[in-house]
Amino acid sequence: MRLRARNLAHAYDGLAALGPLDLVVEAGERLAIVGPSGCGKSTLLAILGGLLRPSGGRVWFEGEAPSGSIVPVAYVFQDFALLPWRTVAGNVALPLEGRLPRTEIRARVGAALARTGLSDFAGRFPRELSGGMRQRVGIARALVVEPGVLLLDEPLSALDAQTRELLLEDILGLTEGATLVWVTHNLEEAVRVADRVILLSARPGRIRAEIAVPVPARERNRPEAVPVLARLRGELWALLREDARRAQTEGPP
Amino acid sequence: MSAREVRLRARGFAPRRLPGAGAVTAVCVFAAWEAVCRAGLVSPFALPAPSRVLAVLAEMALSGELLAHLRASLGRLAGGWAIGMLCGVLAGLAIGVSSLARSVGLPLVSALFPVPKIALLPLLILWLGIGEAPKLATIALGTFFPVALSTASGVDQIPRSLIRMAQSFDLPNRAIVLKVILPGALPGIFAGARISSSIALVLLTAAEMIGAEYGIGALVLQAGHLMRADRLLAGVVLLSVLGVAIGAGLGALERRLLAWR
Ligand SMILES: Nc1ncnc2c1ncn2[C@@H]1O[C@H](COP(=O)(O)OP(=O)(O)OP(=O)(O)O)[C@@H](O)[C@H]1O
Ligand SMILES: [Mg+2]
Repeated sequence: MRLRARNLAHAYDGLAALGPLDLVVEAGERLAIVGPSGCGKSTLLAILGGLLRPSGGRVWFEGEAPSGSIVPVAYVFQDFALLPWRTVAGNVALPLEGRLPRTEIRARVGAALARTGLSDFAGRFPRELSGGMRQRVGIARALVVEPGVLLLDEPLSALDAQTRELLLEDILGLTEGATLVWVTHNLEEAVRVADRVILLSARPGRIRAEIAVPVPARERNRPEAVPVLARLRGELWALLREDARRAQTEGPP
Repeated sequence: MSAREVRLRARGFAPRRLPGAGAVTAVCVFAAWEAVCRAGLVSPFALPAPSRVLAVLAEMALSGELLAHLRASLGRLAGGWAIGMLCGVLAGLAIGVSSLARSVGLPLVSALFPVPKIALLPLLILWLGIGEAPKLATIALGTFFPVALSTASGVDQIPRSLIRMAQSFDLPNRAIVLKVILPGALPGIFAGARISSSIALVLLTAAEMIGAEYGIGALVLQAGHLMRADRLLAGVVLLSVLGVAIGAGLGALERRLLAWR
């Protein structure tokens, strides 16, 4: 499924937070969005996911969602957004309830838990899990609906460095072939997960630069890829640096 | 340079529960009370011994009087409290999710909450007659307001991100209320249930003192008129046991339903 946005802009109570900007996410593409803090990354993602009505412009899909798809776009949240009163399996089942027969829900949830390495934790509550495992639940819940587009808002930012590293590798494997938009403030993460990186300017976020990552996704964890990715990261930082400093001194509105 | 050991500064301010302390205290209090009475330090008409109170309770149990009082009181308490809880939870959820209900309901509830509901009993009797209805209504009213407020604040405690998550998966509003808002507000609902259960007990006693033949409140009042301190204290003991039992029941339910916390 292709995702398109035209002339997109958003203001919060008169505070211009985003755009205007145009955006196309091709089917099967992995797009990362980076930018200085407060530039409107989360705002953009929320609009793409239909969680926020933009003040201007529009967003639409082209093409069909996958055949087993329950909702066209699924979201992965920075703070995991798990229901603390539901078990791991219950959380993953949530988006399927009332939409599929019970037996099929059980089968799908079982498969999603197996893929994300959560099978042994099906009956646990979120508070009994580490941050990394909680985010796995968030990812399993997003994948279980077989979305056309996967939106991730800083999915690794609440995790420690090692957990982040492990989960990043796993998410790359799990989402092979999926269309995804990955928002992060971490440039290294961006060049590792994406085929294309869009750099937003300081608030209101507009597209400042676009960089293609010339390493195929499955080769990104190889040692040969390291210098290439490091160079890209350096280029992005050079572009971002001044905006980031400005965002820092300006502070919250 | 002289060596000095690092002194531990982080001490105290962490009260623990000493096991058995509660039971020991209770035994001591009753023993002292019994001793004072046996020694003849107070008149048995003013303060009967605990053994006497126990004996009265046993007599009442055998004669069936105890059951009649308990049945009347428990029926009123359960009925009034259930009505108040149900309406309070519904109102609280509405205040928690709807702008209209919040704008209209919150000032109304806040204004009526502090009114001692027992002051309304005469009015309720005027409206509903002298039967069970005004008693139930008083208890229900006393329950309703704290439950509505704490349910609403329970809804306010739910992280917005959980609701956004549910919306991101296109869950219908009904499902969001049942699967996110209601369970999320449960800690608040339980807080309301606790506060209101003690309020309900007070109102029950007061209402039964104003016009009832049976019920613990009636028992206490009649005993007072007859200057039967032993029967009066038996009623007080019943109220205390009832309050503790309700608290324990709620606690057990809470541990089960809020095990996820
Ligand atoms: N609900 C809101 N009401 C008012 N202003 C908001 C709201 N949400 C975000 N903003 C402001 O809009 C701007 C963009 O916010 P947004 O969260 O989209 O930025 P971001 O790039 O995701 O930031 P971060 O790096 O902190 O995640 C920020 O300046 C923020 O303070
Ligand atoms: Mg953000």
